[in-house]
Amino acid sequence: MPAPIRLRELIRTIRTARTQAEEREMIQKECAAIRSSFREEDNTYRCRNVAKLLYMHMLGYPAHFGQLECLKLIASQKFTDKRIGYLGAMLLLDERQDVHLLMTNCIKNDLNHSTQYVQGLALCTLGCMGSSEMCRDLAGEVEKLLKTSNSYLRKKAALCAVHVIRKVPELMEMFLPATKNLLNEKNHGVLHTSVVLLTEMCERSPDMLAHFRKVGLVPQLVRILKNLIMSGYSPEHDVSGISDPFLQVRILRLLRILGRNDDDSSEAMNDILAQVATNTETSKNVGNAILYETVLTIMDIKSESGLRVLAINILGRFLLNNDKNIRYVALTSLLKTVQTDHNAVQRHRSTIVDCLKDLDVSIKRRAMELSFALVNGNNVRGMMKELLYFLDSCEPEFKADCASGIFLAAEKYAPSKRWHIDTIMRVLTTAGSYVRDDAVPNLIQLITNSVEMHAYTVQRLYKAILGDYSQQPLVQVASWCIGEYGDLLVSGQCEEEEPIQVTEDEVLDILESVLISNMSASVTRGYALTAIMKLSTRFTCTVNRIKKVVSVYGSSIDVELQQRAVEYNALFKKYDHMRPALLERMPVMEKVTTNGPTEIVQTNGETEPAVLETKPPPSGLQPASQANDLLDLLGESDITPVIPTAPTSKPASAGGELLDLLGDLNLTGSPVSAPVPQIAQPPFLLDGLSSQPLFNDIAAGIPSITAYNKNGLKIDFTFERSNTNPSVTVITIQASNSTELDMTDFVFQAAVPKTFQLQLLSPSSSVIPAFNSGNITQVIKVLNPQKQQLRMRIKLTYNHKGSAMQDLAEVNNFPPQSWQ
Amino acid sequence: MQFMLLFSRQGKLRLQKWYVPLSDKEKKKITRELVQTVLARKPKMCSFLEWRDLKIVYKRLYASLYFCCAIEDQDNELITLEIIHRYVELLDKYFGSVCELDIIFNFEKAYFILDEFLLGGEVQETSKKNVLKAIEQADLLQEVSKFNFSGQSIGTV
Repeated sequence: MPAPIRLRELIRTIRTARTQAEEREMIQKECAAIRSSFREEDNTYRCRNVAKLLYMHMLGYPAHFGQLECLKLIASQKFTDKRIGYLGAMLLLDERQDVHLLMTNCIKNDLNHSTQYVQGLALCTLGCMGSSEMCRDLAGEVEKLLKTSNSYLRKKAALCAVHVIRKVPELMEMFLPATKNLLNEKNHGVLHTSVVLLTEMCERSPDMLAHFRKVGLVPQLVRILKNLIMSGYSPEHDVSGISDPFLQVRILRLLRILGRNDDDSSEAMNDILAQVATNTETSKNVGNAILYETVLTIMDIKSESGLRVLAINILGRFLLNNDKNIRYVALTSLLKTVQTDHNAVQRHRSTIVDCLKDLDVSIKRRAMELSFALVNGNNVRGMMKELLYFLDSCEPEFKADCASGIFLAAEKYAPSKRWHIDTIMRVLTTAGSYVRDDAVPNLIQLITNSVEMHAYTVQRLYKAILGDYSQQPLVQVASWCIGEYGDLLVSGQCEEEEPIQVTEDEVLDILESVLISNMSASVTRGYALTAIMKLSTRFTCTVNRIKKVVSVYGSSIDVELQQRAVEYNALFKKYDHMRPALLERMPVMEKVTTNGPTEIVQTNGETEPAVLETKPPPSGLQPASQANDLLDLLGESDITPVIPTAPTSKPASAGGELLDLLGDLNLTGSPVSAPVPQIAQPPFLLDGLSSQPLFNDIAAGIPSITAYNKNGLKIDFTFERSNTNPSVTVITIQASNSTELDMTDFVFQAAVPKTFQLQLLSPSSSVIPAFNSGNITQVIKVLNPQKQQLRMRIKLTYNHKGSAMQDLAEVNNFPPQSWQ
Repeated sequence: MQFMLLFSRQGKLRLQKWYVPLSDKEKKKITRELVQTVLARKPKMCSFLEWRDLKIVYKRLYASLYFCCAIEDQDNELITLEIIHRYVELLDKYFGSVCELDIIFNFEKAYFILDEFLLGGEVQETSKKNVLKAIEQADLLQEVSKFNFSGQSIGTV
């Protein structure tokens, strides 16, 4: 049998194939030849055949029949065979394969081979893809090699150990002794891989982390890093004037883990971080990579404020960098820090806003999220202008999020009602079809509550849909408003703008067009029909026209429309005397504040959600949950995107249930508001960090209680309630410490049963001084609309006498006056 | 690093190094989707993108070859660019002004070089000189083992 063709020959041949079919044919032919060669147990050319198989595998063809051959190659004594064999194993023999374990013995032998390059192959293979069983079997060998003086092997053993730990975390302990003098090496390969190993151990085990902090790892790392920076040019490790950036970055990352939540470690690395931050050359990507890692470390440890400001400024400079990769990385980091270092990030607001115009989609998205996070009462007008402009021109994938974000921000910070309505209008008209369906009820509620703007709003909405009624959310809101405020529209009363002249017929024209149009969704038609019906009590000349329209739709194919029309018809015929009362103006709905960005309580440079039972903290946008809150609160069964006027949503025949519902109403025709589900909750004050009494009419003195008293820590609750706002109870907690040592890092958390809502404001400090010489005070606001018995579970964490303390307790002794 | 892929402008795979255990089917699926995503990127876009729950760092070199790495959330994107750069330098030094054809015809060598630079997804040697020296020595060892006692060349690839 002639010698099998060489690898490069095969590659050349296959590349001449002009079609996929031709290539497949060549491959099949060669595979057949290889298979018979394997069957003949040809030792000489096995290596060549497997190499060819690997090439074909990369092209996408099956190569499983070569698996056992790889094992044979690994077992061979020839280095060429082993090299290809191990490569084949790494490509074809991952842990899911049955024959994977058969490698174990070979690898074990090769780990002890006399030639370091063979040992290297074994370590590499084990460290890339060894299964858990294999790792368990061979961990001992790896640990041995971790202690060798041969740096070539030592560095590989270190990374192999990392893989073993990832696969079998229980084995971590056995590598601990070997780590003792890993960092004494001069060889950078060993240093780098050792840092990776230490990082893995510290990340996985708090015990290891504590151990390494204790044995002085931080000063050791600081020393190594300092040497790297201060030492002169080293050609072997130099990259654009920086000495071994890979090692620098890994050291900085390990320092981050060591400094996190630990004052002493953080202090020990303060200087070196400042040094790296100020001295690193920023002209090339290399320098910026190091600065980036430095910033991440500074922000994550307990650094002093000067250092944090330095870090944010570095990010600010990154934002101005020509390199878009740097800008991207800066925006990502700023997004992470905007909650904790809000003011510092605000300083870079204009640069961030400029990034909205960037060409890269990822950069734009981050800039948008960051922009929303930075909107506040002071900058809302300017920011909204930019964001509205962005909404106009951005890609469709952004529009929904951007629109929701704008609504949220506008609701929180609108400087005036008119501005608010204008902003909503602008969003509806520019991105009307991207607005989320659940935003419609929210907007309607907003408009209802802006009583003095009704005329202005309905006029603008009318004008908006005159030209184009294809954007469903816009049309829905407009239809609803026209139905409600159509009388204002035709009477031409508008203070804010030049009033337009509209006749009743023109209004009905547009609503009918919406009804007829193919573009209108079924839901939108529902809005339009109901609006037309409402106008029957607001218009004077066109009632007959309305009657006609309504009767036509009594035989509509759309079941929902048909049902409504039939019911409305009934209103005209049998219950005409009730019509005015039923179709009355909607009452002002009590303002519901949605769960906007949760109160983030800053404690010692970290952020924690201050309340245990609220929604997860968002990154500044909460479009969907805001609407869900509203729907939850509405509570009733008839939840559709349509705001119901109560009778029409009952799935029943026209007559019977209508009567039942009306049974309670005053039938003499005096104004009775339609039974709209009451959302009777008082405004939640999201700002107000002071612990001043919040009400002017404080209910008479409620006795205070001691909520917790254990181990020298005492927590007292004092109460305040308002007569006008009885659902809200304000609790001020006072924590005192009667032991002889301070309690530090004190964090108070509270949880309440589901029918309550809780808001926790910032504490006065996090240290309770000893001997009752001072207190921590903190304000809790509890919303208890159902006047249920107040119960609370509290969780306390603090450091005392050098150890971390934690306790859970239930508070059940609330005085009745605090909740009844 | 979870995996590294090298592929051409036509989407042909030139090298695939996986540091996480996945089935062949999953690997093919990931490769196909990722290649499509990266090839669709315009030149003005940055070198990073989010894909599934990973960060993807890619660089386009020699007009026709893409180097693509998938890293985890806590990994540094900018230094990953340097890792890619270093690997290209190593290939360049080894092949002498490397081009795509070199990697196609000598893919096994490309793997050998990668395996001296990275191990288990992490950098094992930060000195260019040391990586190249190790490869050189291993190549020598391979040369020596190719000959049997009578000087006959056997078992070459």
